[in-house]
Amino acid sequence: MRQLGRRRSGDPRRAFVGVMEGRVLVEGSATGRALVLKEPLSFWGGVDPATGEIVETGHPQRGEVVTGRILILPSGRGSSSSSTVLVEAIRTGTAPAGIVLGEPDDIIVIGALVAAELYSATVPVVVASPAGYAAIRDGEQISLVP
Amino acid sequence: MTLELDSGDRAVLDGQRGEGAALAMRLVVKMAEVARAPRLRDVTRAHIDSCLYHGRAGLDFAERLLTGGAAVSVPATLNVSSLDLLHPELVRLDEETRDRAKRLMDAYVAMGCHPTWTCAPYQLTDRPAFGEHIAWAESNAIVFANSVLGARTNRYGDFIDICAAITGRVPESGLHTDDGRRATLVLRLEGLSEELLDADVLYPVLGHLLGRHAGSEVAAIEGLPANTSEDRLKALGAAAASSGSVALFHAIGVTPEAPTPAAAGAEEAREMVVTLADLRAARGELSRVPDGAEIGAVSVGTPHASEAQLRHLVDLVREERPRVPFYVNTGRAQLAALDSVADDLADAGVTVVTDTCTYITPVMHGITGPVMTDSGKWAWYAPSNLGFEVALGSLQECVSSAAAGRVIRDERLWV
Repeated sequence: MRQLGRRRSGDPRRAFVGVMEGRVLVEGSATGRALVLKEPLSFWGGVDPATGEIVETGHPQRGEVVTGRILILPSGRGSSSSSTVLVEAIRTGTAPAGIVLGEPDDIIVIGALVAAELYSATVPVVVASPAGYAAIRDGEQISLVP
Repeated sequence: MTLELDSGDRAVLDGQRGEGAALAMRLVVKMAEVARAPRLRDVTRAHIDSCLYHGRAGLDFAERLLTGGAAVSVPATLNVSSLDLLHPELVRLDEETRDRAKRLMDAYVAMGCHPTWTCAPYQLTDRPAFGEHIAWAESNAIVFANSVLGARTNRYGDFIDICAAITGRVPESGLHTDDGRRATLVLRLEGLSEELLDADVLYPVLGHLLGRHAGSEVAAIEGLPANTSEDRLKALGAAAASSGSVALFHAIGVTPEAPTPAAAGAEEAREMVVTLADLRAARGELSRVPDGAEIGAVSVGTPHASEAQLRHLVDLVREERPRVPFYVNTGRAQLAALDSVADDLADAGVTVVTDTCTYITPVMHGITGPVMTDSGKWAWYAPSNLGFEVALGSLQECVSSAAAGRVIRDERLWV
């Protein structure tokens, strides 16, 4: 396990809150506000790569925009086309800044790796420890550091 | 654990089979590191989902491989695409998207893949044997191959599918290993009527519930009839791989790796009881249109209808002719195998869609009102993709509803 995240409070006066560790699946640095998903998400059929908006019917966070956020999700789900939708979102600039997973997800990882090969741009992907995952609060600033 | 590559793997990585193959091997190796696999292993065949057009990125990747001289080294079948090459007039895409989608399809054929254009490669004549290690993409095909055929594939997604086909290699991990195939969750069906267990419509609903609870775990289902058909297991798996990430389920006494609970590893798994009330709730999540409501269309055949399902549909629409637009998705191989079915369906006013599917490309147009389907997978994706409200029923209920123009279902099954 390597250090991957510094969790910061949304309040700029209390910048540094804590450090947690996890496993880096795709390397990179990113900073952004956490978007903690209450349910797994399939990028394909679940995120519009043109806008970054969550469009999955019945998803509790339908209408939220993933662009520039640190997306915190328990796992992926559903379609194996999600890899392509993630790369397309990275290509068009609507992707999350980084992704923190509760468990490894190959379909998300391969998308991030292919974006690095094709466009030299990617989103870091990490798996948080259970305690670390549970501690992340929606809306707070998070940095992923390699 | 460090990954051990053999000399062949290293030669490909070093570019001895060209830049395209080296890129493919680089990605396979990275995925092996992520999976903490000790080594790579051979696969005998692949099924490729990357041929479905979702934007420039997929085309950029395929053309990078092709420019780099990549070709498949094992037999590879192709999933549905965005176009219906047999009925091109059905798909309403702008010309630019259509051209790019076709270029993407051509790129995969140029790499040596077979133009099967189906999401149900397990319905082709040559299908994987028990214990065969394969690299399949397409979530419903993955769960069918593992669960019903007893072949072994991880949940491969776009990109890694073609990389596996080019290199013939995958990480030795997950569902390729005995440990990865043991059930960690048991769903025990309790108190369900014989009628419900023998109703087609149970299976997509049970699959939806399985996906919700299992996530990416391997589950074993106790209580399904020993003679549960492949088409029902197909519907169950497709729904489970939509609402969840299910890549393998065991049905005790039904599927090949689960003659007994012990064989499936289910004895140490946590258990969940599934009752009629749970299934009614799951059905309510997929099917939000009340009985009697007017419908605008029907779409069946997701995953692609089997030959048995096509024959059944012909018999049904001969009895009750649809009054609303009625679509069936199937593979070109199924259609070719059945002499008069295409004509019989056309005569009854049914639109046959091949090579693609109604929920991934614009085929259904001018539809007002909810759409009825027999597919849990279609019911899951269509509201987001197409904006339709959905009613779920059996194939027979879909035909009766299409003839009446409103939702007709046998509610006695659910009380």
